[in-house]
Amino acid sequence: MKILVCISHVPDTTSKINFTDGDTKFDTNGVQFVINPNDEFGLTRAMWFKEKQGASVDVVNVGGAETESTLRKALAIGADNAIRVNTEAKDGFQVAKELAKVVKDGGYDLVIAGRESIDYNGAMVPGMLAELTDANFVTNCISLEIDGTNVKAVREIDGGKETVATSLPLVIGGQKGLVEESDLRIPNMRGIMMARKKPLTVLDPSSATQETNSLSFEKPAPKGAVKLVDADNLDELINLLHNEAKVI
Amino acid sequence: MSVLVYTESENGKFKKTALEVASYAKAVASKLGTTVTAVTINAEDTSALATYGVDKVLNIFNTELDVFNAKSYASAIAQAAKQEDAKVVVVSQTADSKYLAPILAINLEAGYVSNVVETPSNTTPFTVKRTAFTNKAFNNTSINTDVKIIGLSNNAYGLVENTASATKEDFAPSLPTNGVKVESVDKASNKVSIADAEVVVSAGRGLKGPENWGMIEELADVLGAATACSKPVSDLGWRPHGEHVGQTGKPVASNLYIAIGISGAIQHLAGISASKVKVVVNTDPEAPFFKAADYGVVGDAFNVVPQLIEKLKAFKAANA
Ligand SMILES: Cc1cc2nc3c(=O)[nH]c(=O)nc-3n(C[C@H](O)[C@H](O)[C@H](O)COP(=O)(O)OP(=O)(O)OC[C@H]3O[C@@H](n4cnc5c(N)ncnc54)[C@H](O)[C@@H]3O)c2cc1C
Ligand SMILES: Nc1ncnc2c1ncn2[C@@H]1O[C@H](COP(=O)(O)O)[C@@H](O)[C@H]1O
Repeated sequence: MKILVCISHVPDTTSKINFTDGDTKFDTNGVQFVINPNDEFGLTRAMWFKEKQGASVDVVNVGGAETESTLRKALAIGADNAIRVNTEAKDGFQVAKELAKVVKDGGYDLVIAGRESIDYNGAMVPGMLAELTDANFVTNCISLEIDGTNVKAVREIDGGKETVATSLPLVIGGQKGLVEESDLRIPNMRGIMMARKKPLTVLDPSSATQETNSLSFEKPAPKGAVKLVDADNLDELINLLHNEAKVI
Repeated sequence: MSVLVYTESENGKFKKTALEVASYAKAVASKLGTTVTAVTINAEDTSALATYGVDKVLNIFNTELDVFNAKSYASAIAQAAKQEDAKVVVVSQTADSKYLAPILAINLEAGYVSNVVETPSNTTPFTVKRTAFTNKAFNNTSINTDVKIIGLSNNAYGLVENTASATKEDFAPSLPTNGVKVESVDKASNKVSIADAEVVVSAGRGLKGPENWGMIEELADVLGAATACSKPVSDLGWRPHGEHVGQTGKPVASNLYIAIGISGAIQHLAGISASKVKVVVNTDPEAPFFKAADYGVVGDAFNVVPQLIEKLKAFKAANA
């Protein structure tokens, strides 16, 4: 089985979000970039398939040279090869188009992406990729078992979960649950040394273009101060929620 | 040309978001000087749509669509959009609509923007405002394609009445072959889901252990609320994973979010900040949640929550 894990390179969850260039660009100053958390769960699951079922695992990012440190981290965790499509994609559609080319050229059976990236929050790349490559698609995936080309997956739905049967080729949008938090792999020294020697191929982009343009960013208006209510005066809280906030 | 809106139902009944996306579609249609067509799948009674500005309803009845399936649903909606020559398609951001929207976008060769929170600020170029960086910012985005898909964030627009006289038609799309089969659905039917809930009662590590969740469930019960929790609580196995909310868990956009014994870490706040009114109960007045909340009680959950339950019961009885 050939597995491709899509890695999006995102600001660490604790990052301060600021913008530059007249609020048109994300300010990367002092920001730590990491593997998108949803992709990290997928990568660890891919390592399980590699070790238990004999799969090969490649990782891919569509982005500029600055994302290579993130791809190296994925190699240190245990991926075999990394691919970077050298373009600053402008939207999820353009990313999906570039990824579709990588998937078709590489003949991958299983593509593991994340449910959503925590920077763009598009929740669109995996579904578009699946449709562009005629693959089956399961998102919000919290469990994935593969036997030959048969797949059993569990997906989180509003208020519960759903078990589905499908088959390869398949794209999934993964998240926590695919593996447990405690099973996430952290690169060790040996992995980091080995990662330096593993291939990281840089591909030229195709002629895919975007469908949307990011024009500008805004930050939410600052919040007013909290109204404190005494713990012995909860009637006041109910009164405020009823008469002022009008939510009960 | 019209604005097409997919009004989602479950067991024949519209989901709460269905009427919200209809209201929103009406506002978009007014800006464009056109009408609203709603497409429904196995919905029993569609009369409510006219109240929210829908001019035409396309009803799809097909037992093969009884269970949600992203590819089939996307294909059915795409066929409806083509028949209506829709230039704008509006969907909600429920788990199901988020699942089908990217497939729909490829089917229609349409640019798709998710998590939209306002009506378009401009129609040429067609510009919408969406949340980004997990609610830490907004992003103004234009859509360049002829057909445009908008994913409207739940609770971002609300319900706006606009009575129209909706005509109804049956619509019978052809369904694609489908490689994903649902085998079983495991859903607590008597519980409000976090996505649908007007009120969410959420608790964190301050509760000390899973045995103390009885009062959280009771408080949720009194408020007709869904229960949620912080990430460590689900990681520790105190609560099911499906209750984990925040940046790496489920997003919450309820009217009221009550956080009990939750410190208010940035990753937690990011995922719940779209909620309109936030209440925090915490023993530590320095807890960061107090900076994000509208109302706060500095106090011990084990003292505050049982009292709050009693007082809310009395309030409900008095206002019934
Ligand atoms: C990559 C990443 C992603 C993450 N994603 C998420 C996410 O999606 N969602 C999320 O929630 N977290 C997330 N976290 C974890 C987050 O950083 C915090 O660790 C977590 O939110 C803390 O949970 P908590 O508030 O329940 O626990 P704590 O931080 O331990 O806080 C417990 C609070 O309870 C209060 N307390 C104690 N006793 C009482 C009492 N008797 N009555 C009232 N209050 C009491 C304390 O004063 C304290 O403020 C993420 C972390 C990382 C690194
Ligand atoms: N630039 C990118 N390169 C590689 N994979 C990506 C990229 N952007 C998004 N993805 C994948 O698509 C998932 C969903 O991203 P999004 O649609 O942006 O929310 C991510 O979790 C990644 O797995």
